[in-house]
Amino acid sequence: MDLQNQQRVKDAAEKYGSENVVVILGSSDAEGAEIYAETVTNGDPTFAGPLAGVPLGLAVYHVFEDAIRQEADPALWEEQIGMMEMVLDTEALAKAVAGMREQYSKYAI
Amino acid sequence: MKVAVKGTSYCLNHVPEMAFHYGNTPYVERKTRGESEFLKELTSHLQSYAKAAAYAPNLAYIGAMTLGELERHPQPWLENLAAEPVRFGRFGEIMPEDEFLGLMDISDVFDIIWLEERFSAAVSEKLRKNPVIPETLLGRLEKGHTLQEIEREVSEKDALPLYFEGKVVGCSRKGHEIDECLEAYVLLENVACKAGGVLALLHLFRNTGLRPEEVDFVIECSEEAAGDMNQRGGGNFAKAVAEIAGCVNASGCDVRGFCAGPVNAVIAAGSQVAAGARKNCVVLAGGAVPKLFMNSRDHVKKGLPALEDCLGNFAILLGEEDGVSPVIRLDALGKHSVGAGAAPQAITSALVWEPLQKLGLGFNDVDKYAAELQNPEITLPAGAGDVPNANFKMIGALAVMKGQLEKSQIPEFVREKGIPGFVHTQGHIPSGVPFVGHACEWIKAGTIRRALIIGKGSLFLARMTNLSDGASFFIEPPEAVKPAQSVTKEDIQRLLLEALSEVASSLKAE
Repeated sequence: MDLQNQQRVKDAAEKYGSENVVVILGSSDAEGAEIYAETVTNGDPTFAGPLAGVPLGLAVYHVFEDAIRQEADPALWEEQIGMMEMVLDTEALAKAVAGMREQYSKYAI
Repeated sequence: MKVAVKGTSYCLNHVPEMAFHYGNTPYVERKTRGESEFLKELTSHLQSYAKAAAYAPNLAYIGAMTLGELERHPQPWLENLAAEPVRFGRFGEIMPEDEFLGLMDISDVFDIIWLEERFSAAVSEKLRKNPVIPETLLGRLEKGHTLQEIEREVSEKDALPLYFEGKVVGCSRKGHEIDECLEAYVLLENVACKAGGVLALLHLFRNTGLRPEEVDFVIECSEEAAGDMNQRGGGNFAKAVAEIAGCVNASGCDVRGFCAGPVNAVIAAGSQVAAGARKNCVVLAGGAVPKLFMNSRDHVKKGLPALEDCLGNFAILLGEEDGVSPVIRLDALGKHSVGAGAAPQAITSALVWEPLQKLGLGFNDVDKYAAELQNPEITLPAGAGDVPNANFKMIGALAVMKGQLEKSQIPEFVREKGIPGFVHTQGHIPSGVPFVGHACEWIKAGTIRRALIIGKGSLFLARMTNLSDGASFFIEPPEAVKPAQSVTKEDIQRLLLEALSEVASSLKAE
């Protein structure tokens, strides 16, 4: 996760409280999604950004997880995301993020 | 309305030492953490010229291998190098680092690049053997400076050392005492970009037979910004490149749009030619120094060579239709409008579905799509996925949504309509345009009839808008040019007689 986005997540957690922030990832790559999820829960594994050593423990989901899909307007989902569902390995993405969430998240929706 | 693609050129500049010192990832690491463990480790991941020039995707870029051959080449490509390094291909060359430093000096008109005198002499001999570099350009190579002069410029005047085989062989000097836009790093980046553009243009002359003085206009579309503190991106690379290449009758300007720049530049150039405003137009770009070794942290971590060690350059010559050269259609362009939305679905629709609709065509009427063509052996280890493959899947998925394909047919669609990613992660370079050369060859051979070239750019990186950008165009076979019909004296007499006879008849009737 780039340094600016780490800072944005950190700022949001400080401003609204970690219990009130949910991070929804749209990464197309499972390995990348896993690193992003780890960054916002256990801290930046590369120790390069503002979240290095900062385990925020935020609730983190991939947009393709059922919990998020159920929250979405079906028409809007079809218009904005339906195509990508056919393109990406949604199960692998959901599993990668869920794995990190189960290990490190202190909050959930 | 159409414009002909008269020729193309594609070159790489293999510059691992420039990448190690001035690629953004190692450069920032060195600035912020000094000679860290990562940098120490990185030195053992540098790739030799012999390996880079035997690497199949690089050979495909310069036209030393067709895309069909690349597809059939055993993977991983990294472990299946060609038997021998190949320097020249049908489109261009892979230039070694020492010669490229020489070309940078040749392209420099402000005494920014200094070379060490023995290095300069050695490079001069090598460049003399290059068939595209004329004697006039060799005369521009400086005799050089002593190593002491170079070291003093580095230690006392903020110049950046240039390296070859681990030794200092020159430096890039700053252009102003306090102007950050003219500091040594920026000028190094810009002169390298300019030199890459010059090399691509010289190869374009060789590939097309066009003489430098015949060039009417040049549009440059890299991602660099030339200017000073009063006008940070004032320009103009195009004219600077044209000057070095001897295009005395040309003018030029720059077009920018991140990775969508080249496709937008081709559309701008093609439109000017088709409108008759320019006799011909060259679209070109050199490479991006900061993007060298961009993903080297991941490559090191995974025990891979630091593959992003080449600057990418290209040039495309557009001219009037001639009945032989493949043509770009200007009546069915793809445009990602401000209101189109930023979701991949909206972007793919704007760049693929909408232009198809303008021609009354379906997804299967295009033989090959070319969007972001990054080499997956570079991007996969960095967690960025197989970018070209993802693009082809998106197009297939959109075809399913439009009822033109079954979902189960997507893998076959991707295999048939896609091409392998073979391009360095140089930002503007992978975005569609590297396929133009291969596509034109296939169209001329009758292998394909229609290709769609797609460029997409991440405008939000500049913090001016959250939007992305995109543009696309079709390439098709030429139509036979109709000979201009001339009117003879007899034709005019006949028409006059017919008209007079009609007048006489009407008078009689009255």
